Amino acid sequence: MAKRIDVSDLDIYYGAFKAVEGVNMTVEPRSVTAFIGPSGCGKSTMLRTLNRMHEVVPGARVEGKVLLDDQDLYGPDVDPVAVRRVVGMVFQRPNPFPTMSIYDNVASGLKLNGVRNKATLDAAVERSLKGANLWKEVQDRLNRPGGSLSGGQQQRLCIARAIAVEPQVLLMDEPCSALDPISTLAIEDLVAQLKEKYTIVIVTHNMQQAARVSDNTAFFNLAGQGKPGKLIEMDSTQRIFSNPSEKATEAYITGRFG
Amino acid sequence: MAVTNERQQLLDRRPQGLDLGPTGRGGDRLFGGLAKGSGIAVIALVVFVGGFLLWLAVPALRANQASFLFSREWMPGIQPPRFGIVDLLWTTVLVSGFALLLAVPVAVGVALFLTHYAPRRVAGPVTYVVDLLAAVPSIIFGIWGIKELAPKLAPLSSFLSGNLGGFPLLRPGIADNGTVFVAGVVLAIMILPIVTAFTREVFAQAPREHKEAALALGATKWEMIRLTVLPYGRSGMVSAAMLGLGRALGETIAIMIILSKPSPDSPFNPSLFAGGETFASKIANNAAEFDSPTKTGAYIAAGLVLFVLTFVVNAIARLILQHSERKHA
Ligand SMILES: Nc1ncnc2c1ncn2[C@@H]1O[C@H](COP(=O)(O)OP(=O)(O)OP(=O)(O)O)[C@@H](O)[C@H]1O
Ligand SMILES: [Mg+2]
Repeated sequence: MAKRIDVSDLDIYYGAFKAVEGVNMTVEPRSVTAFIGPSGCGKSTMLRTLNRMHEVVPGARVEGKVLLDDQDLYGPDVDPVAVRRVVGMVFQRPNPFPTMSIYDNVASGLKLNGVRNKATLDAAVERSLKGANLWKEVQDRLNRPGGSLSGGQQQRLCIARAIAVEPQVLLMDEPCSALDPISTLAIEDLVAQLKEKYTIVIVTHNMQQAARVSDNTAFFNLAGQGKPGKLIEMDSTQRIFSNPSEKATEAYITGRFG
Repeated sequence: MAVTNERQQLLDRRPQGLDLGPTGRGGDRLFGGLAKGSGIAVIALVVFVGGFLLWLAVPALRANQASFLFSREWMPGIQPPRFGIVDLLWTTVLVSGFALLLAVPVAVGVALFLTHYAPRRVAGPVTYVVDLLAAVPSIIFGIWGIKELAPKLAPLSSFLSGNLGGFPLLRPGIADNGTVFVAGVVLAIMILPIVTAFTREVFAQAPREHKEAALALGATKWEMIRLTVLPYGRSGMVSAAMLGLGRALGETIAIMIILSKPSPDSPFNPSLFAGGETFASKIANNAAEFDSPTKTGAYIAAGLVLFVLTFVVNAIARLILQHSERKHA
């Protein structure tokens, strides 16, 4: 199921503005990779190229290659819609569909894939909600609107919605930044469980979080305002946090940012 | 880079002292008072106009020998007067409802196209052209409707009434072109701009995060619209339709020019292919004969029913809008 991601010589643009430049990286299957770096260095931008959500912004485009196992995501006959069905995403702000019930939120991806069978849907909803550690809290109110949950519950609902379609990769853009410490821990535990099945890439501003949940860490930085962001180094999380090769990485993780 | 410097700047930006004194609210009070005053003035004006109309209508209603709500007669000039509004009510509701039925799907389609499909350099001009439709005077629509459009619609009308005449609404009607059908089509065009503008507005406000959620799940564009934009805009569409209906109910000149007046003793025909008169066109058609208080009162009473109808439609639109705002707050 889980797949390897290979990025080579990737340049990412918003119209004429080059936001990220020259990225080469490999993300191992069944691992958690954290993207860290100062605000504006292009972590979200980089993440969104991995499921072709980047091009949703008018004028946005990329140059270079992103391979999922051996398939180029930006190949000529690749449909971005198909890419997003195998590379799921969880956003910074919880965004369940507000008019839909909890059940329908989780089932929405499957329904998009044409699953209509009630029993199949029921099973998938239960499995996904259990997978997102939300089942116990919502099992007796599956028909309530998704917007009626707390922020932390909504975020876990979004995770359940993303894993319901059994993606091969799960992208998470600061999934805990709008959450309290308890909900954050709940999500971190969840990430640790999910990596047994999925390849996970997570953007975070929280160094401890990166250290806690990830196997590998990629540090991005930018040379200055209006300059493109770059991947400075990527290594095992343990090494990045104990003995990074680059000065800039060390400065950033020890809080001497610049 | 100067690390310490940046940090110092951030620290410097913290509030220094604590000042909880007055913040100069004289302007607030002045404008608050002005706003309140104009609000009260508008309400007073509405009450005054309503009261005036009632005062004129009540004597006529008292003298009326027919059932005002259920009679088809309209003889306010005889002694004692006999008048009822059921024909007017039917024609008004039928022509407006038909116009709405045509306008809303087109408006929703155009609004979706403008907000989610058209590239910006197409969307701008199209928006402008649709808005321009609203600037065409209704008398032009009336003349164009009866002279240009009606003959073109005649084959369709006779086809429909010829083949589906079994349905009461499609029963064959009058021989000439001044039908509810033609008037409804023209009305639909006339209310298209306002309905489109309003739906476009709600569709454009559908939150980006929900749209991205749908896309990230692997929704196609249309699926994304179905999943997020349409549910988000549903109540907006309903109130847009209500606003359009409110406008259609009161439209006068175009309807008056287009609709054929049936002769007073003709039997009731509910069909789209019949002629008829709406509240507004009836009053306008007979504006010249407001010579006795009873006659005037009868027309004003009819006008009041239109007023209530429009008011109810607008109130419903507002209620729906408020309800949805609370839901999305
Ligand atoms: N929709 C957009 N249109 C144009 N430029 C954008 C857009 N989104 C981001 N950018 C630019 O791309 C660069 C990288 O932004 P990005 O959001 O990827 O940074 P980030 O590392 O995720 O920052 P943060 O940590 O604050 O989330 C920034 O210079 C930003 O201004
Ligand atoms: Mg970001």
